[in-house]
Amino acid sequence: MGFPHPSHPRETPILSKYFGDAGARTLDGWRARGGYEALQQALATDPVDLQNVVKDSGLRGRGGAGFPTGLKWSFMKPDGKIHYMLCNADESEPGTFKDREIMRWTPHGLVEGVALAAHAIYAETAYIYIRGEFTEPYAHVTRAVEEAYAAGVLGANAMGSGKRVDVHVHRGAGAYICGEETALMNSLEGRRGNPRIKPPFPAVAGLFGKPTTINNVETLATVPYIIKHGAEWYKQFGRADNPKSIGTKLFSVCGNITRPGNYEVALGFPFKDFLYDLCGGPLPGREIKAVIPGGSSVPILTREEAENTIMDYEGMAAAGTLLGSGGVIVFDDKQDMVRQIARLVRFYAHESCAQCTQCREGTAWTLRIMERIRDGEGTAEDIDTLLSIADNMTGKTICVLSDSCATPVVSGLKKFRGEFEARIAANRSMVTVPGAFRATAA
Amino acid sequence: MADAGVNVKTVNLTIEGRPVTVPDGTSILEAAKMAGVLIPHYCYHPGLPVAGVCRMCLVEVEKFPKLAPSCATSVGEGQVVHVHSPKALEARKGVLEFLLINHPLDCPICDQAGECELQDYTFAEGRADSRYREPKRFNPVEDFGGDVLYVQNRCILCTRCVRFMDDVAKDPVLNVSERGDRAFIGKAEGHDLTNPWAGNVVDLCPVGALLSKDFLNKARAWELDRAPSVCTGCSQGCNIVIDTRDNVAVRMRPRPNADVNQYYMCEVGRAGYREFNRRDRVEQPMVRNGHTLRIADWEDAITAAARALAGQRLMVLVSPNLSNETLFLVERLVAHANGQAAFRVDTGDEVALPGVPDLALRSERAANATAARQFGFAQLASAQLSLRDGDALLVVGEQLDGIDVADLDRASTIVHIGTTLPDVLAARANVVLPIANISEEEGTLTNLRGRVQRFLQAKAAPGLARPSWYVMADLLAAAGGEGQYFSPADVFDALSVTHAPFATLSYERLGLLGLPVLSPEIASAEVSG
Repeated sequence: MGFPHPSHPRETPILSKYFGDAGARTLDGWRARGGYEALQQALATDPVDLQNVVKDSGLRGRGGAGFPTGLKWSFMKPDGKIHYMLCNADESEPGTFKDREIMRWTPHGLVEGVALAAHAIYAETAYIYIRGEFTEPYAHVTRAVEEAYAAGVLGANAMGSGKRVDVHVHRGAGAYICGEETALMNSLEGRRGNPRIKPPFPAVAGLFGKPTTINNVETLATVPYIIKHGAEWYKQFGRADNPKSIGTKLFSVCGNITRPGNYEVALGFPFKDFLYDLCGGPLPGREIKAVIPGGSSVPILTREEAENTIMDYEGMAAAGTLLGSGGVIVFDDKQDMVRQIARLVRFYAHESCAQCTQCREGTAWTLRIMERIRDGEGTAEDIDTLLSIADNMTGKTICVLSDSCATPVVSGLKKFRGEFEARIAANRSMVTVPGAFRATAA
Repeated sequence: MADAGVNVKTVNLTIEGRPVTVPDGTSILEAAKMAGVLIPHYCYHPGLPVAGVCRMCLVEVEKFPKLAPSCATSVGEGQVVHVHSPKALEARKGVLEFLLINHPLDCPICDQAGECELQDYTFAEGRADSRYREPKRFNPVEDFGGDVLYVQNRCILCTRCVRFMDDVAKDPVLNVSERGDRAFIGKAEGHDLTNPWAGNVVDLCPVGALLSKDFLNKARAWELDRAPSVCTGCSQGCNIVIDTRDNVAVRMRPRPNADVNQYYMCEVGRAGYREFNRRDRVEQPMVRNGHTLRIADWEDAITAAARALAGQRLMVLVSPNLSNETLFLVERLVAHANGQAAFRVDTGDEVALPGVPDLALRSERAANATAARQFGFAQLASAQLSLRDGDALLVVGEQLDGIDVADLDRASTIVHIGTTLPDVLAARANVVLPIANISEEEGTLTNLRGRVQRFLQAKAAPGLARPSWYVMADLLAAAGGEGQYFSPADVFDALSVTHAPFATLSYERLGLLGLPVLSPEIASAEVSG
């Protein structure tokens, strides 16, 4: 945590160690805390060795998909082509705000990680694509990049290594979909932020059609520590019986919880202890009803399910959900799940890029039905229709926004169907005739 | 795919149980076409970059974890593709339902009805009812400028129009504006769809969202008769379809031809159909009697024309929009009477379509000047015919716009073969013979690259007007020339015997897409071999 509360003793603060420490924001401050040693060391190392260290460390992408970082880097070969390193700082998943804190407090940590990764993938140019709404993080990262250039950390002769590393900071314009890697590339190129059809994958043809590696802020901020301390050091974090989930992870907690904020724990942490011990549990007199564990796009867990879940990639998968971005949203027993899910759907309906038919029309249709049920005007056939629409929206589009919209609906209907049915049963409007337009339709 | 066979790697796969071999890199959708299977699609168009957004062309490929968009998926060796499997059908049914939830279903008043892919595929694979209980989205109709009207409510956002303007016309005035279900096709601020090629977006639109203002509410698709033809707007020779309703041409649309115009035609060409519907046509043959032109029957008129032309030096002014057949017979007559023939060509600015090689609205605004030159006719640079006193003048198809009247008055006799009677000839012509226009007869045209292309008859000629080749053949016979012709194909055969470049061609070989005229060397080699 670090900010606004001190770290809990059961946390493992690596990335969050300097949260709340304004001194870490400057170049000198960062150097005084051991910063840029890893970059200095890395620039003198062969990229393949860097790729292997990261591969060996078991670090997986922290943006949500959990793809092994070292493996992703190893797709980049010294083929003489221009390569690009991209940092995805468009943290727009509802319930997630960990990258924001990294950029607010340790911008040099990110710049170091980005520069290091650029070297590791044979790139001379890196871009940090920051979410447009992040004004404060943008100011800190921009200042850090300026300082790094002034000090010769970046530029034609980065840290005196003779290697060129350029880092550019680019602000998004406020679209959720620009956090999708190929939409981000389109946006960066000055196009409409629409996801691209894959293949070709970014490692083959990414930004400006060139081989590109794109990583999340948290992933890149972690890399310097791994390079500095070695893969073996990093492997100590995590469940001993699960070598697939290694390292620490930042979890952003929000919703009906006593102490919301960012918590950094080693993967494999019990979710029950996390919710009740670290976060202080529900507010007095309340009880947790549901938890979304990894950002709004992942299936919802009931309290019972959440309490028996282990916080790592495999543990979440076993519970039928995903670790995702680590955005934990807690709902207590005072919350109306129909209303909450309708709100999530509203977000996706608003953010659909409108390319794929299923997503453009499906998200909006789902929203209209959800809001009708919420407003007490649902009908008996609505639940079946919702499930059928969700089925038509899943696995059929270019990106996963459509699936992400269907997920809370499907898991919500599965786990809180009673709330939906109660709303529908309370419908006091005219008796409906299946297959006919309702006289009271808003 | 044009150079198939030359070291192109091929891939074998099975689509709907049909084995098919296609070049590597072909999309499943195109491979299916070759196998005779149409995979329903909206955003895919062979002339545009692949977008893969409508998700209509989803098919099941064995061993693939998910359904594959067939337009954006390349074929693989040994693939087994199911187009009509329950899973694929269910997915496409879902897409159709999504496309229709906000669609106004106003087919009865929609110009696209009857030739609408949304109708067709819904009929083939869609749901019979709708589960949509909410109010439909409504947006006003927008005038895109030029000839294009945008009916937003019917739009399925396939982005074909956007991609055409971006990548083919290279005039990126269209875009997708807004997100989610609020998205619509937007027009760049301060710009209109006035690009000379913009009308193609109406043809590209698979639904009734982009409409031609010119064609608006003129006809239902099922009332139209369609005939393959060739545009006469310039020397490019774009392949077209002439749509007629009750013997009136109502629109012209491009007919795909990879070697000439791909899928497109320009605005100038499109507007050309109006010329076919002129109401000031000459409908009967006429022969001068004193101060008046009197209606005559064809036999007398042809005899009178032959007599009027006999004995003097013959000067022929032909239109470069006449068919090869008619021009050929003019050449025969000129040779027989030892006369001369000349033609004039209108010109304008050349406007290329940047995304297609060698496609432009050509500066030479005539369909067959190439053939006129081939037949040795002289191209006039001015309005002067340079007639000598006592010459006989034969005008074939020429409108005589801006002609020097004093020049005309030197002619001792004037025979006019044309669709209309120009004012300057009303008091001067000795014989007037009415002919059909290009949409009313059959023949061939030679474009600027020497490609010979057939056009078929789209509608009936008015009154007693006869095809131009027919009238010329009769006149030639009456003047004592050789040859008997019963069809345009007969004329073409005679042409191919006497003119080496046409030697290997026939109507059958030309088909509806035409062939380039072979160079004399190759032609003679093929004939002797």
